[in-house]
Amino acid sequence: MTDFLKRLLKTPQGAIGIFLVVLVLLVVLFGPLLAPYDPEKLSPLARYKGPSLMYWLGTDQYGRDIFSRLLIGARATVVMAVLATIAGTLIGALIGTASAFLGGRADELIMRTIDAVMSIPSLLFALLVVNLLGSSTVNALVAVAIAFAPGMARITRSVALSVRKQDYVNAAIARGESSGYIIRREMLPNVIAPIIVEMTIRVSFAVMLFATLSFLGLGAQPPAAEWGLMVSEARRYMHLSAGILIWPSVAIAIVAVGFNLLGDGLRDALNPRT
Amino acid sequence: MIVYTLFVVSLIVFAITQILPADAAVMMLGENATPEALDALRQTMGLDAPIWQQYFSWAWHVVQGDLGTSLRTGQPVGPAMFEALGRSLLLAFFSIGLMLVLAIPLGIIAAIRRGKIADMVVSLVSYAGVALPEFVTATIAVLVFADWMKWLPPTGYVPLTENFVDGIAHLVLPVCVISIILIAHVSRMVRSELVDVLHTDYIRAARLKGISRGQVLRRHALRNALLPTITIVALDVGYLLGGVIVVEEIFAIPGIGRQLIVAIQARDLPAIQAGVLIMAATYSIVNFIADILYAWLDKRIQYD
Repeated sequence: MTDFLKRLLKTPQGAIGIFLVVLVLLVVLFGPLLAPYDPEKLSPLARYKGPSLMYWLGTDQYGRDIFSRLLIGARATVVMAVLATIAGTLIGALIGTASAFLGGRADELIMRTIDAVMSIPSLLFALLVVNLLGSSTVNALVAVAIAFAPGMARITRSVALSVRKQDYVNAAIARGESSGYIIRREMLPNVIAPIIVEMTIRVSFAVMLFATLSFLGLGAQPPAAEWGLMVSEARRYMHLSAGILIWPSVAIAIVAVGFNLLGDGLRDALNPRT
Repeated sequence: MIVYTLFVVSLIVFAITQILPADAAVMMLGENATPEALDALRQTMGLDAPIWQQYFSWAWHVVQGDLGTSLRTGQPVGPAMFEALGRSLLLAFFSIGLMLVLAIPLGIIAAIRRGKIADMVVSLVSYAGVALPEFVTATIAVLVFADWMKWLPPTGYVPLTENFVDGIAHLVLPVCVISIILIAHVSRMVRSELVDVLHTDYIRAARLKGISRGQVLRRHALRNALLPTITIVALDVGYLLGGVIVVEEIFAIPGIGRQLIVAIQARDLPAIQAGVLIMAATYSIVNFIADILYAWLDKRIQYD
């Protein structure tokens, strides 16, 4: 484990990725405690303020403290994205493994169907599901999870199939090991690694998908401090103060870059050959 | 394959629009319609038939090219959707063009100068490119290039046939916004493919034979490295179509993405069904063409 961490931290991607993701997780955990102001407290006299000692990142169109809103909105944005990605990965992994295990006709039918589902852009799919269930944060989570499942199923299946063909699996079969042992000790460790890498990178897509849904008015609802919603609300007032628009954008970018870098770092660390 | 895809998509779309809490009859006659009038309309529209019967009657019409009538406008959905699709394809076409022109050279430079400053700059740019969703880059682009600099019009759409220069000016920001994420993704893929190819034995053999680096790159490496790019670009079309929805909404371009948003917001079921079906068909056709192109360019693959 320490050896793995060392390898992860040795690459620039891994090191910066870990730093950003840990930073984001700290904000998720302690953000509400650190926030200097109430995120929904309106101050009509302090609207469109630039950064100052009093308001670190300035204030928005209602005089709300942007820094406090970002700290508290991290939960709405990041936690939801992580949960949705995990849910989508589990559904996808289940379908993918089942498909690889069944093989033959069933495998082909499942994969063709997955391909067909993937021909609907995931944003459109999420839009349809949210529209069906009604716009709320939880429904957005379900929508993103469902939109991610086919892609993850595809990846899980191809990884499981390629691992199944490896020499070390054949060697284990030749040694006379039980199927349970082979799946648990030989296949799973090699299947999980690429899935974790893919999952990490997908968290950043989930963050963007959530933000986009909120932006289109189908995710979090005002006055929530969700980052996508903040950008959406800022559009009408951006001529008056660019900060309202820039800071939530920066926050989204930090999360997306962080998880992307961490995913790439993990890939390099888990795969010492390259 | 395309037929099966469209069949599955039509089932999904039909299922979703059936569960949607919107009653077509209520939408057409308004909230104050009498129950008798609603029943009569349901009967003429076939809404009282079993669901499977409704599906087959809808699917039969679709196969014949009749995508239904919009509940919102009362006009046939098909012509409006295909007209909108044309504008979206124009946007997509320019975006893919810009992406290819920039992403492939960037990927090649990064692969050749692996580990050098040029490589780091390219990967930095690609990380920045995937960091922001389209609605953020679009909003920032409007703020900077339209509001502050006043170089380009902020939103709107002008047909190229009407006023070419003005039309192009309106397309610059949307096209740039859509291609950013594509450029980031494709340049990374080109880089990793080319790095892999440059480490193969046949490249080493060619170098040892005394062929210059440039020759090896042009004649041997690039051909093999760029082939998978076809598949990647085709798969990215799915992402592109999603991005088109957001970008058209922000830049007020009357394309298929905007039509779909309007249809979803108005719960205009025939329009939603038609829009999703057309998008899925576009994606499938592009991927089908990519498969054929790949097999044609790579003689090792036989298509059956």
